[in-house]
Amino acid sequence: MPFIANTDAQQREMLAAVGAQDMEDLFADIPPEMRCKNLDIPPGLTEQEVRRKLARLADHNVPNEIGFLGGGYYDHFIPAALEAIVSRSEFYTAYTPYQPEVSQGALQAIYEYQSAICRLTDMDVSNASLYDGGTAVFEAIMMAMRITGRERILIDDSVSPIHRKMVRSYTRNLGIELIETVSTNGLPDRNAITKELNDQTAALIVQNPNFFGCIDDLTDLAEAAHRQGALLIASVYPVSLGILKSPGQMGADIVVGEGQSLGMPVSFGGPYLGFMATRQKHARKMPGRIAGRTVDDQGRQGFVLTLQAREQHIRREKATSNICTNQALCALTALVYLSLLGKKGLPELAHVCAAKAEYAMERLRQVPGVTLCYPDRWYFNEFVVRLPINAEKVIRGLFHRGIAAGFPLGHYWSEMDNCLLVAVTEKRTKADIDFLAHALEVILCS
Amino acid sequence: MQLIYEKSVPGRRAVRTVASDVDTEGRIKSSLLRDTPAELPELSELDVVRHFTRLSQRNFGLDSAFYPLGSCTMKYNPKFTERVAHYPGFAYLHPLLPQLPGGEMLVQGALAVLYQMDRLLSEICGMAAFTMQPLAGSHGELTGVMLMAAYHRDKGNHKTTILIPDSAHGTNPASAAIAGYKVQTIPSKDGIMDVEALHAALNDEVAGIMLTSPNTLGLFNPQIKELTDLIHSVDGLAYYDGANLNAVVGKCRPGDMGFDIVHVNLHKTFATPHGSGGPGAGPVGVVEKLRDYLPTSVVHEGPDGSLSLDYDRPKSIGYVAPFYGNFGIVLRAYAYILRLGKEGLIRVSENAVLNANYIMRKLQPYYHLPYDRVCKHECVFSAERQARKGVNAMMIAKALLDRGFHAPTVYFPLIVPEAMMIEPTETESKETLDDFIDAMIEIAELAESDPEALKGSPKTTVVSHLDEVRAARQPDLAFLTDTE
Repeated sequence: MPFIANTDAQQREMLAAVGAQDMEDLFADIPPEMRCKNLDIPPGLTEQEVRRKLARLADHNVPNEIGFLGGGYYDHFIPAALEAIVSRSEFYTAYTPYQPEVSQGALQAIYEYQSAICRLTDMDVSNASLYDGGTAVFEAIMMAMRITGRERILIDDSVSPIHRKMVRSYTRNLGIELIETVSTNGLPDRNAITKELNDQTAALIVQNPNFFGCIDDLTDLAEAAHRQGALLIASVYPVSLGILKSPGQMGADIVVGEGQSLGMPVSFGGPYLGFMATRQKHARKMPGRIAGRTVDDQGRQGFVLTLQAREQHIRREKATSNICTNQALCALTALVYLSLLGKKGLPELAHVCAAKAEYAMERLRQVPGVTLCYPDRWYFNEFVVRLPINAEKVIRGLFHRGIAAGFPLGHYWSEMDNCLLVAVTEKRTKADIDFLAHALEVILCS
Repeated sequence: MQLIYEKSVPGRRAVRTVASDVDTEGRIKSSLLRDTPAELPELSELDVVRHFTRLSQRNFGLDSAFYPLGSCTMKYNPKFTERVAHYPGFAYLHPLLPQLPGGEMLVQGALAVLYQMDRLLSEICGMAAFTMQPLAGSHGELTGVMLMAAYHRDKGNHKTTILIPDSAHGTNPASAAIAGYKVQTIPSKDGIMDVEALHAALNDEVAGIMLTSPNTLGLFNPQIKELTDLIHSVDGLAYYDGANLNAVVGKCRPGDMGFDIVHVNLHKTFATPHGSGGPGAGPVGVVEKLRDYLPTSVVHEGPDGSLSLDYDRPKSIGYVAPFYGNFGIVLRAYAYILRLGKEGLIRVSENAVLNANYIMRKLQPYYHLPYDRVCKHECVFSAERQARKGVNAMMIAKALLDRGFHAPTVYFPLIVPEAMMIEPTETESKETLDDFIDAMIEIAELAESDPEALKGSPKTTVVSHLDEVRAARQPDLAFLTDTE
């Protein structure tokens, strides 16, 4: 049988050693009426057969090479060195580092990851990671409520609609007052937010660049929140922090985000990486695992999981979160990615993305009938164009030319049926962008 | 060992991004830009590769040696499933693609993986339908409790409390609390939940119960169906924590035990790697009466065999993940199930249970066994006898590290003093088990004859005993300036 080492003879010998006649003896405590009669599972296959079957299934997918889909999940280039490192079995076949003396590799990597997230966001402390960007937003909300003792949450509708849907699911039974503020002209509406912020508000959640791709300076929003004793939670796109002003500089109290762009393939929805960082004073209110640096009894540097008094295995129902694992291998991926790009490489990457996005923006605007949705905003690598016809119709047409043109905003905003969200990474070439613009022109003129 | 930041040399580079082939510059207003770049390390590619190779050498994985970490189920992770997860048709598939008009036809292969896993797990667990969305076991628990809440809300039930045995994983009460429920702990009797105790705790406020079966002591509760029947008598729901499904897979099904909701930790029963603590995946299955509450979306098979995603589900609890779960992990588990097939799955539970019983009987003369009956996938000893000589469970764990083994889980479950929870899994050979048994016997004998010899372990590891008190009192959680 696959992956079972013991021979039939050994199994018999072991059964005798435990005083059992046969395997069935070991399951005699399961009442007969509960036993599986006829499990309808196909017979096993060899490795060669499984790989052939799954290669065929993979071929039924069309991961479009000319893709302008983003929406918070981006197709960045992944270096081979990264794949080589994270494929090391000492990392990927280990469990959570409960025995620190034999887990220094994973623990030091988590500490270095936490340091990288702090350096990128200009915050003081980070946890060891969370499941994804959406669960990170929810965990940040719970954390803000613990810090402030308040239960009113403002979330701007320029935050990812996917993350907002997740937050709505999670908060449904919790009696939280969850208010969605309506953005205006591509950015959070300062007046609307100031009106809603009061001394019962735990936190304001915004995203930068936001779901429409618009870049914002969050400083005034942080100040407005702080005047009411509320926290500013900023969700950010880590690659953009190669050049954009950091959430720490703008006064955010909790920073979260989707870390997929840091070396993880889009992989049809996961595994991804949620990151979270905060100010020193809130460290003990953070959810999830945290690694810390300490010394051994000979004074040598070493790393351990720490501040565990917050966690479920000790606090049970009073824990800061039910989270047990983190996304350790994804956190390692992000750390290796940031280390390979480095201090000069991340800004370089961010510049190339921004330059290509600007080219795409200019090129698409030249197509008759196409306008920028928010022409007076600044963009990083994603933007919204308004088309003369329904965006879904255009997307369907462009599929036939091998292009995934972007995401139709009518999916989430009924008044935006003609709007298309277009993302550009370093993997898209000038020729790809020209091809998109040309194909769009053909469709709109026909 | 130096931190990666301490190895940084100004001006050194590894990966370079492709040069821009457009003449635009990507202008952004300067007030929106950062003044100085983030202080990431500056290294060559070899520097980075060597740093992480060194780190990996300071890490113990399942491929390194025996890893009997009870309750965590460290079984072999077949290499071919890694290969499959990297197929470009899966790895580079954008999750928003099927949400575009006509996009579902471009992802039929991926939807087939999700759909087939729903069918396979439903059959294996005796459930009506599964969602692949939950991103880990504990996330599955949270999803399960949210499903309970949706059911009771829909029926107009007023329910406030979830019952949980004292032997449960800590995630159970934490998940119930995060979903807004009160938790009531039920004491065990002879290591399992007793019908009388449940009777005493039962009332109309009870929303449900969360049970692990076999439980964290590795014991199967023959009265399990009576317990789930009792819960149903107050219109409560029975939740099966599938952490230990590997002990009974192919032998009996949670659905036949009377459970309504099940989560499955794919890394435990279905051999996906644990990655030093994630990513995991915790698919959740439900019986027919709960199907409508499952997270959105669900994969639907049309009359022509084509697959689509159904978002029109008014009773659904909504999204618990951004898309369709940790697809890459679900895919690995799917490959594993295809490889094993029905016979292979049955052999998994048989050999996991045989290996655990073999260790239990071989070590029973040397360590106190609080519950002396046939165990399932794991056995739990108490180091009480050794502790009286000054050698506690943690010291035994550390002594094992010096002998080349990973330690068992210690001090859990909480109801066994000086607990040592040993789970060998089906993939380990008798030779490996015998080596481990010999090491445990040697330690037990040393505890009698020369307990001093066991103090100060581990001595052969890259660091020795670490100061955890200092780590918690003076937290050093990030290295922020290179001049430190």
